[in-house]
Amino acid sequence: MNQPTPAPAVETAGLVKTFGGTRAVDGVDLVVPTGTVYGVLGPNGAGKTTVVKMLATLLRPDGGEARVFGHDVVRDADRVRSRVSLTGQYASVDEDLTGTENLLLLGRLLGHGRRAARERAARLLDAFGLAEAAGKQVKQYSGGMRRRIDIAASILNTPDLLFLDEPTTGLDPRSRNQVWDIVRAVVAQGTTVLLTTQYLDEADQLASRIAVIDRGKVIAEGTKGELKASVGAGSVLLRLRDPAQRPRAAEILRRALDAQVQHEHDPVALTARIGASSTATAAERAAGALAELARLGITVDNFALGQPSLDEVFLALTGHGADGPTPRTATPGTTAGPAGTTTTTGTERTA
Amino acid sequence: MTTDTRPDGTATGTTEIREPTPFSAESVAPVLVTTERPPRPSALTASLAFGWRAVLKIKHVPDQLFDVTAFPVMNLLMFTYLFGGALAGSPDDYIQFVLPGILVMSVVMITMYTGVSVNTDIDKGVFDRFRTLSLWRPSIMVGYLLGDALRYTIASAVMLSLGMVLGYRPGGGVQGVLAGVLLLLVFSFAFSWIWTMFGLLLRTEKSVMGVAMMVIFPLTFLSNVFVDPRTMPGWLQAFVNNNPITHLASAVRGLMAGRWPGAEVAWTLAWAGLLLLVFGPVTMRLYSRK
Ligand SMILES: Nc1ncnc2c1ncn2[C@@H]1O[C@H](COP(=O)(O)OP(=O)(O)OP(=O)(O)O)[C@@H](O)[C@H]1O
Ligand SMILES: [Mg+2]
Repeated sequence: MNQPTPAPAVETAGLVKTFGGTRAVDGVDLVVPTGTVYGVLGPNGAGKTTVVKMLATLLRPDGGEARVFGHDVVRDADRVRSRVSLTGQYASVDEDLTGTENLLLLGRLLGHGRRAARERAARLLDAFGLAEAAGKQVKQYSGGMRRRIDIAASILNTPDLLFLDEPTTGLDPRSRNQVWDIVRAVVAQGTTVLLTTQYLDEADQLASRIAVIDRGKVIAEGTKGELKASVGAGSVLLRLRDPAQRPRAAEILRRALDAQVQHEHDPVALTARIGASSTATAAERAAGALAELARLGITVDNFALGQPSLDEVFLALTGHGADGPTPRTATPGTTAGPAGTTTTTGTERTA
Repeated sequence: MTTDTRPDGTATGTTEIREPTPFSAESVAPVLVTTERPPRPSALTASLAFGWRAVLKIKHVPDQLFDVTAFPVMNLLMFTYLFGGALAGSPDDYIQFVLPGILVMSVVMITMYTGVSVNTDIDKGVFDRFRTLSLWRPSIMVGYLLGDALRYTIASAVMLSLGMVLGYRPGGGVQGVLAGVLLLLVFSFAFSWIWTMFGLLLRTEKSVMGVAMMVIFPLTFLSNVFVDPRTMPGWLQAFVNNNPITHLASAVRGLMAGRWPGAEVAWTLAWAGLLLLVFGPVTMRLYSRK
């Protein structure tokens, strides 16, 4: 126990889990420093949930080692359990029970007395804006409310390490932003958060370090900056008025952005992936390219600048695209052009 | 059903709950400050908490009480009037003999729903949460059984009341009846661990029911619930006389009639202990592996 430096929140070495013939997790090494949000990014079936379940003592690893705050997840499972909590990918509250009942039950199971459990439940429901729905069965809640009661249940006792498995999948933008706010508040209080996600922008918003996993393996790991540098700054999507001008526009973009330009199926659309090496930001360079197009009399109907999508991250890192669903569109903040055109490219490119 | 329109324009037609008041990170931060972490609850507290959950489920989904009341009532009416005349001369005489037996049979039959609820719950996310808590591990299973004990009690009360209406007059009075029901509950609690095991072992709820039927039907029918075993062929008597349900039925019948069937009560408790010792640990092993 007397380590010279405090143990990291999570430390795994060669973690393996097989289901029948498939190696769902195939030798994962992770180090999650305490007090930060760590993002695990990967498409469907990458093995994110399986990793989280092993770390949360729900699944026994078939190989390798995992320690949480220095405690082995198999041998010291009970110690690990007393310091972590999990918000699973699918609702981890009882849908037949009301919000209050769920939190009361958990309060009792966490060792609170009846009174303390009741007070804590009421405070949490209040803080999460669920006071009005407290007496309703969770199955009647909307997706965003479910996520919130789920997270409230996870922080009933403020944990040292919180696992959030795809906390915003399926949520509308407003609910997603609320979840992000909660995560920020939780981290600000000193809890370490391990978050899995399919969305680069989510990892970008919240995490300080990111591991990208694909087919059970970590294919990239680092700070956000490092990861982005390896992927590129993003891409622009242009829609021209006149399809005949497309070849000329492509040429201008190629020179102005130092980017690969792709022709979409749509005869007026163009996509350019912006390289990461330059001194100017992607937005500045895109603005420059637009000005150049305007000067040469090419009418641009529509323009969007997107972050690299998960698909592009995978393309850049592995040479094959993610097999997951359509990655989410870019965050509103990075979008130029008329409202409603927040599409990133990459996903629309047909292979 | 109201259709609300959220601020972002999407309609929510499926829920009656309005989106809650907006909240902010500032409202969440203060509740996080509490770092007080109480010691883990005792085995009893944890089991009672899970038992409370089972009772809440009965409250919110009362349909599940239908199985445990309609079925015993049907059994009682059917067997009393079907066999009564032939076996004991009249339904009135027969019910004195058969009611405790049918009570035993019905309650033992509905123990299989324990396995069904474990099986339907196990894949839900909430189970994962329970399993990440630092708790006395069997408490969740004990919780199911406590909730089920309530169902057995309700089933017993319904059957006994109907029995009284039909002419059943227990010689042991209130005390005898309560002692009989208590013994039945103790046995059922132990017996249910078979179903928690199958609930964890088998994939679907249907297969749990299938296995349960294959165990429960022979066990309850090849007993002294309906008739005195002395009329049966020798090889069958050998089975029937050593069947735990026979011991239980004799014990309950005796207690309710006001006799004190010491040997049968002892046999019943011994069986209960054996079942608990075998299937309890197997269940917990499966649970840890899940
Ligand atoms: N219990 C299981 N039995 C068999 N195979 C499983 C099981 N759980 C996961 N797998 C397989 O392991 C692989 C990784 O699954 P996992 O759920 O960890 O992926 P994920 O990254 O969480 O995906 P998603 O984004 O869809 O949640 C998948 O191929 C999946 O089919
Ligand atoms: Mg998953």
